[in-house]
Amino acid sequence: IRFLETFEDQFLYRDLGQYKLEKWPNYKIRIKLFSWATLPAQLLGPRSLLPSQAKPNPSSSSADPPKPAPRICCRRCVRLGFAPPVKMLSRISRLGVHALSRARLGQKSVTSRNQEEPIRACMNYVGNRSLCSATEAKVNDRSEQPKAKISVTFVDKDGDETVINVPIGMSMLEAAHENDIELEGACEGSLACSTCHVIVTDVDYYNKLEDPEDEENDMLDLAFGLTETSRLGCQVIASPELDGIRLALPAATRNFAVDGHVPKPH
Amino acid sequence: MGRRLLLPHTRRLMLFLRPMRYSASATATATAGSLRDPLHVCVVGSGPAGFYTAEKMLKGREGVRVDIIDRLPTPFGLVRSGVAPDHPETKIVVNQFSRVAANPRCSFFGNVTLGSDLSLSELRKTYDVVVLAYGAESDRSFGIPGEDLRGIHSAREFVWWYNGHPDMCNLAPDLTNTDSAVVLGQGNVALDVARILLRCTTELASTDIADYALDALRSSTIRKVYLVGRRGPVQAACTAKELREILGLKNVNVYIKEADLATSPADKEEMRNSRIKRRVYELLSKAATVHQENNDNDRKELHFVFFRKPTKFLPSEDGSTVGAMELEKTLLKDDGATGKQVAVGTGEFEELKCGIVLKSIGYKSLPIEGLSFDKYRGVVPNLRGRVLSSESETATVEPGLYVVGWLKRGPTGIVATNLHCAEETVDSILEDDRKGLFTDPSGPKRQGRRGLLEILEQKNARYVPFDGWEKIDTKEKADGELKNKPREKITRWNELLEAAREG
Repeated sequence: IRFLETFEDQFLYRDLGQYKLEKWPNYKIRIKLFSWATLPAQLLGPRSLLPSQAKPNPSSSSADPPKPAPRICCRRCVRLGFAPPVKMLSRISRLGVHALSRARLGQKSVTSRNQEEPIRACMNYVGNRSLCSATEAKVNDRSEQPKAKISVTFVDKDGDETVINVPIGMSMLEAAHENDIELEGACEGSLACSTCHVIVTDVDYYNKLEDPEDEENDMLDLAFGLTETSRLGCQVIASPELDGIRLALPAATRNFAVDGHVPKPH
Repeated sequence: MGRRLLLPHTRRLMLFLRPMRYSASATATATAGSLRDPLHVCVVGSGPAGFYTAEKMLKGREGVRVDIIDRLPTPFGLVRSGVAPDHPETKIVVNQFSRVAANPRCSFFGNVTLGSDLSLSELRKTYDVVVLAYGAESDRSFGIPGEDLRGIHSAREFVWWYNGHPDMCNLAPDLTNTDSAVVLGQGNVALDVARILLRCTTELASTDIADYALDALRSSTIRKVYLVGRRGPVQAACTAKELREILGLKNVNVYIKEADLATSPADKEEMRNSRIKRRVYELLSKAATVHQENNDNDRKELHFVFFRKPTKFLPSEDGSTVGAMELEKTLLKDDGATGKQVAVGTGEFEELKCGIVLKSIGYKSLPIEGLSFDKYRGVVPNLRGRVLSSESETATVEPGLYVVGWLKRGPTGIVATNLHCAEETVDSILEDDRKGLFTDPSGPKRQGRRGLLEILEQKNARYVPFDGWEKIDTKEKADGELKNKPREKITRWNELLEAAREG
């Protein structure tokens, strides 16, 4: 075979480029399978997946309300049994340097989004844990409580509902992308398209939102399936009074070719 | 092994990629194993329609292999060569398209022309599914005398010229023989063209406009631009954002006759039904009442001319360049059949002096051999994206051939309209796949990408892969950095192919 065709092929073959593949030796395949299998244990820390134990709460040992989040510093924390993010941190810094150097060269890389995601994924992982300094661990200034979240329900065009938690201040488009909801954002939130069009199903919630600006209205004019309570997802920012809002994605109910639908001007 | 994290050896980035979400219909049909019969899909055309189709195909079915071919070495179609240089936000969508092209199951083949490097029948033999998304590369014409005079260009050619399309780099429109330009049509493309002619060149110097176009515009003597439409302000095909932008241009006086703004009951009905028309009309009425500042040498003029249709183009003294055009006044009449209002001539004529005319009355698709074509509408007859053998009532569906984008709907809509169009076509393809229309055990097994590479090798065609485009991209951006532009477009065929090979 000349292409990595299936998921398993990635373990079995090595891509030499130019549509050529070479079979990995057996011992390397075994290492790969071992490392995939043990990845959850490595990330969560030792003894975390053992069935008999209740999941150890790392902050219960230093229990004094409010519970401080577990601290990480280089090797001491590792010995204490926290999952080692050292490799992750070096990966983060490597990716960061990579991304910075690419940005400096003005090369918005093809994989820039892919590069952002590992950084974001790692940051989500280590993010709420305070990174202490090398000296005596001190209480971090950043608030220990995670940012307040509101609950938002997305109803897709087939009627399936997904409830997600959105931190205050995040736009609905970002929240949808982080939760794998199929909301397109062609212009990535710069008010130059109408692909993140959502319909606010309850008029009360629609009225709580601020009036759309002229630019948003211009884009809404061209939105597919426009309704009276339509907004652009990138302009709806989560705030406490929007808790419980339901956003419906527009349904493709119109048949483009057959019913003589008058095409929109461009 | 100890404390170090033994990360699995795999494509590092795939570790963190979001898992792709399948649509409900596809999940229902996904088989238990991941080894599914590969479906070979070829998308002809790499504009928004082509890329949205590729994206949805990759999401919709496991085991699909998509190959996108394009006539140009650069992908992205009109996003690169049609969107105006001063609208960079609209071009952000190429990031999404680049992610689709970076998918290992998707490949891009630039510099491959359907019709010369490949024929449609060869393509249909090599791939299970062929989706035509090559848009519209020709123009509607008036068919009136004088249309072949020098100085009359279609807006498509002009837009390709200032956007550095390799086919139009030698257009060299003469912007120095006159102070009046006429743009026929009042859609968004007409507004784009007028705006580029009127915008001050210092603003354009920091966009990705082609360098020769910027030089020509710097030395242009055009001070007045007339936007001529055969119907009224309510029927203008432009949208609010573009209109707002052009009305707010620096150093430009806008002239609209108050008499043209009178609305009939039929107009009011149209405005009631369409939000866009309402807002466009409001913007135009507001602009008509603004007091215009004194016209000194710095200020340019934009005239909106309504209810006029062109009847002929008159040559200037040298006989070969256009010097003026004859316009006939029109009235709106209700067309009983479609319910729309049509412009009907009244027999009163007037003349308008101009040195350059840009026709922006619509694009038209080009037919190719072996493909049924509706010459009147300029589209391929289709049923929800499935190509039909003809436009008659008794047409049959052509197996394995689909159409998407402007070739399917006609040349209207914005980038996002192709999203829904692609969804419809991909739904048709997946439905046909579920019915088993592509699995023919008796017929020869389709080769897909391998077959395409063999054909291209035989014909000695040098295709440009996606990383070839990335080399062009890097070079353009590096050149642009030197001039404080986002990119300095490479505009000649040979230079593009060279840049794609080196590095």
